[in-house]
Amino acid sequence: MSTATHSLPRTIGAHAVLLTYTVIALFPVIIVIMNSFKSRAGIFGAPLTPPTPKTFDLIGYTTVIGQGDFIHYFQNSLVVTVASLFFVLLFGAMAAFALSEYRFRGNSLMGLYLALGIMIPIRLGTVAILQLMVASGLVNTLTALILVYTAQGLPLAVFILSEFMKQVSDDLKNAGRIDGLSEYTIFFRLVLPLVRPSMATVAVFTMIPIWNDLWFPLILAPSEETKTVTLGAQLFLGQFVTNWNAILAALSLAIMPVLILYVIFSRQLIRGITSGAVK
Amino acid sequence: MGSLNIENVKKAFGPVEVLKGINLEVTDGEFVVFVGPSGCGKSTLLRVIAGLEDSTSGRVVIDGADVSATPPAKRGIAMVFQTYALYPHLTVKNNMGLGLKQAGTPATEIDRRIGIASSMLSLEPYLARRPAELSGGQRQRVAIGRAVVREPKLFLFDEPLSNLDAALRVNTRLEIAQLHRRLKATMIYVTHDQVEAMTLADKIVVLNAGKIEQIGGPMELYNAPANEFVAGFIGSPKMNFVDGARLGETAKTIGVRPEHLTVDAKSGAWKGTVVHAEHLGADTNLYLDCEKAGLITVRIFGVYNAEPGATLYATPDPAKTYRFGADGKVLK
Ligand SMILES: Nc1ncnc2c1ncn2[C@@H]1O[C@H](COP(=O)(O)OP(=O)(O)O)[C@@H](O)[C@H]1O
Ligand SMILES: [Mg+2]
Repeated sequence: MSTATHSLPRTIGAHAVLLTYTVIALFPVIIVIMNSFKSRAGIFGAPLTPPTPKTFDLIGYTTVIGQGDFIHYFQNSLVVTVASLFFVLLFGAMAAFALSEYRFRGNSLMGLYLALGIMIPIRLGTVAILQLMVASGLVNTLTALILVYTAQGLPLAVFILSEFMKQVSDDLKNAGRIDGLSEYTIFFRLVLPLVRPSMATVAVFTMIPIWNDLWFPLILAPSEETKTVTLGAQLFLGQFVTNWNAILAALSLAIMPVLILYVIFSRQLIRGITSGAVK
Repeated sequence: MGSLNIENVKKAFGPVEVLKGINLEVTDGEFVVFVGPSGCGKSTLLRVIAGLEDSTSGRVVIDGADVSATPPAKRGIAMVFQTYALYPHLTVKNNMGLGLKQAGTPATEIDRRIGIASSMLSLEPYLARRPAELSGGQRQRVAIGRAVVREPKLFLFDEPLSNLDAALRVNTRLEIAQLHRRLKATMIYVTHDQVEAMTLADKIVVLNAGKIEQIGGPMELYNAPANEFVAGFIGSPKMNFVDGARLGETAKTIGVRPEHLTVDAKSGAWKGTVVHAEHLGADTNLYLDCEKAGLITVRIFGVYNAEPGATLYATPDPAKTYRFGADGKVLK
């Protein structure tokens, strides 16, 4: 297959690099999943080998499921992630539309202000956030987490989406205005469908840190009722004994929902990353 | 119905003044073309008329009513865009009907108007398709159909042919001309292409850098340009401009169109060398480097054989020579 653009050595080289990267990136994940199916002795005896009939053991999973509340933790994580994602995308897209579409005094300053959050970690404000939540009685509620994560996700969403919204044809929006569509209809029916790939990109970048976060659940919602998966898994991490089987099983299970959401978004995501390159 | 008055309209984007006081009168049923180089403010003026952009000062009057505070949908206008701007999620039929639906027109009336417009533009086979399934020419016809069904007082076209290939451009141009004759509606058409302007317009408005240079019929602009800019912009190939001082004239610049020059191998006013010859069949364009006049273009009707390097004499037709003053205006 030697054509003008593809020579065999080059193809092999490119694949070698990509395969190496894939192996390195997947290695920890594979180790976690592999070991979650092994007995304690199997994990410590030979951590790098796949489960054999001798070391195969579902003890980790039975512990996690048997713990009872784990399903509930999952539910909490899912509610928090999905709700935050929804608000980040909705408000992010609306703010981005306003910034890119309307000329008003202080437009670029406002854009800068909204994007500033990308550079300043929200955790710096933890104490103030906690005081705020205590004052408003939101401690130990999922609402507290959703609010914080929405605030955390917005800057990047506004930044990315406003760039993409600038590319949506002015003529299309103007045609809508002449046909008497309201600004809301123009936004929801004409503009949003055209920036769907970039919405998916933002969704993936927003979702993963929220799902994996330990900090805010630990501080704002550590109660049994509101625990998330990452926080729930800490249960097995003792000061003196650590239940590795259970931790690995919990982590393996925690990967699943993000993986599913990722697959949903990924087709759009690829288009988001490559759009502009083609067309 | 369908008259338009623009009174001293100015538009600035921040410190940049894009329209510097436009006054224009369009009577009912007229086909008016705004023409000018890219970036001179044609689209901005059209958007101000449509209400998509607020003017900084001045009034826009449609049919005797000041519409400066009326939203675009209520101005009785329809607009066709360069990029078609069809709704990607709607079928051709719904694309055409959306504006009427928004205005609360009964469904039977919408269907009747879509029927008329689609037969006028031969769009009947495509009514159920989406824009993505149409070719460029078909898309632009749908965009025109969307304007037609609104039965507007004023049609606004913003470079509707720029995205079409050359053959399609000629066809669609013809279609727009026929549409104007059939509907007898007032149309305002923006283009940077002087050929489109000359072929379509009852009245041409030449814009340059946010100001109107001249208003007039196509032949009026061709025969009696008010200034150097209009003289250079209207007509193709472009008018030759020669420094008056080099010819021993009092005028700052002398202008003569390529078709108003004759050539002779033996004698004439300006001696020159052929730099390049373009043989188009019906005409021949010669580029001559003249001792007195510099590089000029001569258009000869029919075939004329001239090799690069040959010596020729060009002579301007004195009755069709324009003299421009230092301010660019024509000297009478
Ligand atoms: N929204 C805008 N903000 C700032 N400048 C603009 C805007 N729209 C147009 N302009 C400027 O106004 C000038 C005229 O633009 P336009 O009317 O589109 O020109 P034309 O249609 O004649 O090519 C250009 O220099 C352009 O840069
Ligand atoms: Mg334009």
